[in-house]
Amino acid sequence: VFDLSQHFLSVPPCLRSNDGTEVNRHTETTPSRNEVELNGQPPTARPPQVLTDSEEDEDEELTLKYGAKHVIMLFVPVTLCMVVVVATIKSVSFYTQKDGQQLIYTPFREDTETVGQRALNSMLNAFIMIGVILVMTLVLVVLYKYRCYKVIQAWLFFSNLLLLFFFSLIYLGEVFKTYNVAMDYFTLAVIIWNFGVVGMICIHWKGPLRLQQAYLIMISALMALVFIKYLPEWTAWLILAAISVYDLLAVLCPKGPLRILVETAQERNETIFPALIYSSTVVWLFNMADSAETGNNSSHPVPQQENQVAMAPTAQPEDDGGFTPAWVNQQQHQLGPMQSSEDSRREIQELPSARPPPVEDDEERGVKLGLGDFIFYSMLVGKASATASGDWNTTIACFVAILIGLCLTLLLLAIFKKALPALPISITFGLVFYFATDNLVRPFMDQLAVHQFYI
Amino acid sequence: MTVAVFFGCTFIAFGPAVALFVFTIARDPLRVIFLIAGAFFWLVSLLLSSLVWFITVQISNKNSATQQTGLLIFGVVLSVLLQEAFRYGYYRLLKKANEGLLALSQEDTMPISIRQLAYVSGLGFGFMSGAFSVVNILSDSLGPGTVGIHGDPQHYFISSAFMTLAIILLHMFWGVVFFESCERQRWWALGAVVISHLVVSCVTFVNPHYQGSLIPTYIILSIMAAWAYLCAGGSLRNLKLCLTCKDKDFLLANHRPR
Repeated sequence: VFDLSQHFLSVPPCLRSNDGTEVNRHTETTPSRNEVELNGQPPTARPPQVLTDSEEDEDEELTLKYGAKHVIMLFVPVTLCMVVVVATIKSVSFYTQKDGQQLIYTPFREDTETVGQRALNSMLNAFIMIGVILVMTLVLVVLYKYRCYKVIQAWLFFSNLLLLFFFSLIYLGEVFKTYNVAMDYFTLAVIIWNFGVVGMICIHWKGPLRLQQAYLIMISALMALVFIKYLPEWTAWLILAAISVYDLLAVLCPKGPLRILVETAQERNETIFPALIYSSTVVWLFNMADSAETGNNSSHPVPQQENQVAMAPTAQPEDDGGFTPAWVNQQQHQLGPMQSSEDSRREIQELPSARPPPVEDDEERGVKLGLGDFIFYSMLVGKASATASGDWNTTIACFVAILIGLCLTLLLLAIFKKALPALPISITFGLVFYFATDNLVRPFMDQLAVHQFYI
Repeated sequence: MTVAVFFGCTFIAFGPAVALFVFTIARDPLRVIFLIAGAFFWLVSLLLSSLVWFITVQISNKNSATQQTGLLIFGVVLSVLLQEAFRYGYYRLLKKANEGLLALSQEDTMPISIRQLAYVSGLGFGFMSGAFSVVNILSDSLGPGTVGIHGDPQHYFISSAFMTLAIILLHMFWGVVFFESCERQRWWALGAVVISHLVVSCVTFVNPHYQGSLIPTYIILSIMAAWAYLCAGGSLRNLKLCLTCKDKDFLLANHRPR
């Protein structure tokens, strides 16, 4: 359908096109960049048909050369998010205490008498959660199909509001309790107010890139912490496993909701730019080049976009569908961001028209990852550090497993060049390594440490 | 006391390795990826060896302490052999990947040489090995607690830190020598690496008599350091030129005046 590697690698979308004429048009408008990308071959000297073939080779080379850089651009924020979650879990005991409260989407309790009953309850919980996510995704697809962008925007805005003010207030309160810091309400109000407002501005409007990235990482960490606290033990692991399977199906099956969403977005040639996708570079002149060339662009977003010089990649406040399913769900804050993650992931990957300005170097092209992925990776590592008796060994093992899964996912993306979900490989590795390290490696390493043997 | 011990032992154990990472690896994304992949390979080898050990423990007599120690020794030896096997496996994988990269890229040179890969993969193995050996001990050293209250050795933390430092650096040197010997088909060198790894692991069986384990380990560390230096293309002449700031190639490459 379209090339998803565009968004993880520096292959410019205009080169990766199924339509030769479209490519030709793009080469005319951005000649300097095309010269850079095509290794100095004059773009006009080649007929469109040949372009498609030679594109492949050059794409491959660029892919490999810059793929590593983009993998690292994803490693760093994912690592930071995990570090924040693990640091919080280890120091603030609030997030590991089970108060007996559960989310309304996991109604069955796990403190039952028999193991069988517990297993059944947790499976039902996971089933309900996935069902809710499926319904939410379908609602989202319907809303998107019927162009109810305002609804989605508003939804997003309010869920962000909740997260940035309410959850961070709770977090700050718990941190103060842990370290026994006395704080008056006035100072607290000022701090939270500033934090929240700056966050809303950075995420929904314009702001410095690093600040925006920091806010996205912080809110992903907050969501992951909420999940770690409110999901009971077995339910959490089952949900992680189920979400990976759901993700796989939703993205790869022809009738999967995410695939439909992606295809719709591609048809409209819209840059569905959710307010909450982590982007490693600034996206400039969003959709400008496309809107000038492609006739089938929806008229609604075009004129407004040309006036916007996005300083942050999420500068899509009022015009086209700059929604994130992520926030759709997070607004309810019990719904799995999985839904959002997949959607946002698809949205990253379906940015065929997101194009940097001609002066931008290939290496400046950024890479994007949905916040749902951040949330689930951090949730897995956070749970590993919270509940594993192997303690740090398990945490480190899960961390490495997730990073390697992410690396493999990006590699597969470069090879297959089609929509691939980011959750399954990493979560599978993470789960395998969690259970294996906790049950097999931990006793071995403990025995070695007791005797001070080294391997 | 406890925080001081924690920081001291952390810096002893991980200081040189982190410095190496920061100065030589952190800037190049390809190297970071291969470092993490190396760590992953070590982890998988550990997983397999602990699986085997776990199975043997389950079918053995759990009450007999000597049998358990014997099984543990067996586990250690098996783990060492599996680590080296996975190092070889990683070498083969890297060779294949490098060939693929070379075939696809239009440039004549590979983006990363096999020697750099040897260094990076060795360090990856070392990081993971060191982390698994010592991180739990470090977190316990934050306290509260008393070391050796039941007559156990007093110098548990600091000896662990030094041993971990040696192991991390050794993995790096073993990686360099291993890959070089695979490249040159020098199987005796390969065997020597495996044997030295076994020796280093086996001398830890005499712990807590740290003089019996730490001293041989550090001797082997220096020998391997010199060997790895020679494998990487170093020589006494190079060393002298470098230390007296007269190495013209190095100075030119770093744009410094002679």
